[in-house]
Amino acid sequence: MKIDASKPLEYSTEENSNKIFGFWVFLGAEIPLFATLFTVYFVMVNRYASGPSGSELFEIGPVLMETFLLLTSSFTIGLAVHAMRHGYKKAMMVFMAITLLMGLAFVGIEIDEFFTYVHEGATLQTSGFLSSLFVLLGTHGLHVSFGLLWGIGIMIQLWKRGITPATANKTFIFSLFWHFLDVVWIFIFSFVYLKGLM
Amino acid sequence: MDLDKFKVHGEPLIYGAMVSIALATIGIIVGLTYFKKWRYLWREWLTTVDHKKIGVMYILAALLMLFRGGVDAMMMRLQTAAPEMKFLDAQHYNEVFTTHGLIMILFMAMPFIIGLMNVIIPLQIGARDVAFPRLNAVSFWLFFFGAMLLNISFVIGGSPDAGWSAYFPLASIEFSPTVGNNYYSLALQISGIGTLITGVNFIVTILKMRAPGMTLMKMPMFTWSVLITNIIIVFAFPVLTVALALMMFDRLFGSQFFTMANGGMDMLWANLFWVWGHPEVYIVILPAFGIYSEIIATFSKKNLYGYTSMVFSMLIISLLSFLVWAHHFYTMGQGAMVNSFFSITTMAIAVPTGVKIFNWLFTLRKGRISFTTPMLYTLAFIPIFTIGGVTGVMLAMASADYQYHNTMFLVAHFHYVLIPGAVFAVIAGFYYWFPKVFGFRLNERLGKHSFWWIVISFNVTFFPLFFLGLMGMTRRMYTYSEETGFGPLNMLSFVGAVGLAIGFVLLVYNIYWSTRYMPRDETNDPWDGRTLEWATHSPMPVYNFAIVPKVKTRDALWSAKHENIPLYDDKTITKIHMPSNTGKPFILGVIFFFLGFFLVFSMWIPAIVSGIGVIIMLAFMSFDQDSGYYISVDEVKATEKKLMRGETV
Ligand code: HEM
Ligand SMILES: [Cu+2]
Repeated sequence: MKIDASKPLEYSTEENSNKIFGFWVFLGAEIPLFATLFTVYFVMVNRYASGPSGSELFEIGPVLMETFLLLTSSFTIGLAVHAMRHGYKKAMMVFMAITLLMGLAFVGIEIDEFFTYVHEGATLQTSGFLSSLFVLLGTHGLHVSFGLLWGIGIMIQLWKRGITPATANKTFIFSLFWHFLDVVWIFIFSFVYLKGLM
Repeated sequence: MDLDKFKVHGEPLIYGAMVSIALATIGIIVGLTYFKKWRYLWREWLTTVDHKKIGVMYILAALLMLFRGGVDAMMMRLQTAAPEMKFLDAQHYNEVFTTHGLIMILFMAMPFIIGLMNVIIPLQIGARDVAFPRLNAVSFWLFFFGAMLLNISFVIGGSPDAGWSAYFPLASIEFSPTVGNNYYSLALQISGIGTLITGVNFIVTILKMRAPGMTLMKMPMFTWSVLITNIIIVFAFPVLTVALALMMFDRLFGSQFFTMANGGMDMLWANLFWVWGHPEVYIVILPAFGIYSEIIATFSKKNLYGYTSMVFSMLIISLLSFLVWAHHFYTMGQGAMVNSFFSITTMAIAVPTGVKIFNWLFTLRKGRISFTTPMLYTLAFIPIFTIGGVTGVMLAMASADYQYHNTMFLVAHFHYVLIPGAVFAVIAGFYYWFPKVFGFRLNERLGKHSFWWIVISFNVTFFPLFFLGLMGMTRRMYTYSEETGFGPLNMLSFVGAVGLAIGFVLLVYNIYWSTRYMPRDETNDPWDGRTLEWATHSPMPVYNFAIVPKVKTRDALWSAKHENIPLYDDKTITKIHMPSNTGKPFILGVIFFFLGFFLVFSMWIPAIVSGIGVIIMLAFMSFDQDSGYYISVDEVKATEKKLMRGETV
């Protein structure tokens, strides 16, 4: 494996830079995935049959909290990558841990939100609107949950193996993923919640 | 648990199939044990990450599926060969045309193409491997086990029965209460994920791993077509992923996406399906264009005419392919404006396609043409595909479509496009590249025999369907009465189908015969090829090229042979890095298979366990530290010497 010292560690081998490029292409596929889910949601948004509509269901408090958590965690993962570039393993681990904890809190609030909806009788089966809402939010939430497991895996590897071209590469790719989820959330926040509350 | 769910009822045909599946499985197990081949199978194939071997497995699976889909086709043609036939009942007929369409497109045409591209693309761009060899194995095993999941449906629980397009409400739990459409959503989902990964893998491979000097506009045409195809895959498959997931939610969890009440919307399915489905058709046809371009240039001994316009026409086709989906449901009440828009975009595709046809004809003009088997398929493709295209333009006119819609005319049209546009191409590519992989050619005499059977019978099978369609015979109709007068033409079509079957059997016989008797090629370049894949040995060593070639012109090998532009500046051999084998992708595939199976039958606890299994496997793969191995300089030299057979690099 040739290591090119002129590049950041995460790009330093040919394999590494291919992986990063490949992950961008993969994110390219995530865009039509979420775009389709949003389209389905927009088609369904007024089809609430006898169930509740968005304005009856949504509460701004928890959503603002979720937004705050995810945006901040996107910042802390950036700090983790920054620390990684300087070779500060401890700081890097701390920032990653903060990121994941905030992600965990996000998922917790979302699960609580789902329970509240179901408790109010708004389930996946109630209406086309709710089906599309649950699936859109659920897909994003599942991505975040998957990210939690993935992040933990990377932290274990960092802890055992240190900052190597391989672990640096993984962390960097993970950070791309995490930023992407943040972007998707901004769309959900604006076009699902804010628009729904209006 | 309700064991009744697993049973498929009362057909002697299905019992027969069960028995033969069981016998074949036992036969394979006994055979492998008797010949002590388990280790070989595991070491050389199930754990391989070599793109050539993965490609060969794709092609083998696709050939198998060609016969499975072909048997379905024969059963349909037999059932409709004469009025009032009693061979299949309506339900069974529904299942057969559904699995036929699904298997032919998703588990035959596409994997065949992915197989060819696996074998050839790295060679053609002068690379040692694909960008992500292990992910490549994951792709294959997900495709394979997805295909197997669909294939067991007809003996365990029942096949999907709502057509390959699975329109709602037909495919909903109310109208299709068997587990068939659960299989549909899960089998396609699993193999679709595999395809998406392939898409990512090959985009990176082609964009990042080309031999030095091979700029985009120096890439061989097949590589171009594959690049564009994979870009389509990456944009289209996520739509399928979502559509199938929603279908699964509707059928398994009672959500209201495509229902007729509670705010559901059945037309949403038709839109999602075809937003993916129409580009899918181009996913199987564009690489075919690439294959034909290579073959025409090689066997006319000329540069491909209009290279740049070939590339741009493919780009335009790929863009347009995303803008035409609603031509699949003109008659479902979407209004004149919408229909006009889609009518125009659809007809527009004929323009870049026409450009390609003329370019091929100009390439042939004044060429020194040799009529080899791959060339024969290519030459047959041009007129037959043109008929398919012209009838396609007829169908593209929204107003006229009210007449042809869902008749046999449509069935004739899309077979006239798909069979020359995909099947002939993969067979041609198979004959063309076979010697590269195995070091000997397929027999030409048998090849031509099989070619004439296939081409003539194809027309006998499908040309009558145009007339049947105009006479008013609708598609998916399992029987008809004497008075309709459909009988004679249907019988003719059945005779053609038998001829097609003979042609395909001859093709397989040719593989068998040639393996035993064909002389091994003396040269690595039996067709006097133009592109890099012919610059290495046949069969090629694991590392493809001992020395990575330097590209200076479009047809690099041709220039090296005939214009004295050398392929190598520097002939020093260095050690070569290779990825090591791994069984994890295979195991992941198996777990996905079980996950799919348990979900089909709503067996939640085992499904959750399998889901956890998937996550554990992913973690294993992430923790894996194996960074491959090196082939030493001495070893490379020894291999080269052994393969050289009098040639020099
Ligand atoms: C080998 C010779 C083949 C024969 C004799 C054949 C025959 C048929 C027939 C009779 C139908 C119409 C079923 C009906 O409407 O009742 C059909 C449907 C179809 N065929 Fe083929 N076929 C062949 C090969 C292929 C190939 C190679 C492909 C694709 C690459 C293909 C793709 C389809 C599709 C997508 C459908 C529509 C299924 C549906 O309605 O859901 N066929 N075929
Ligand atoms: Cu179409």
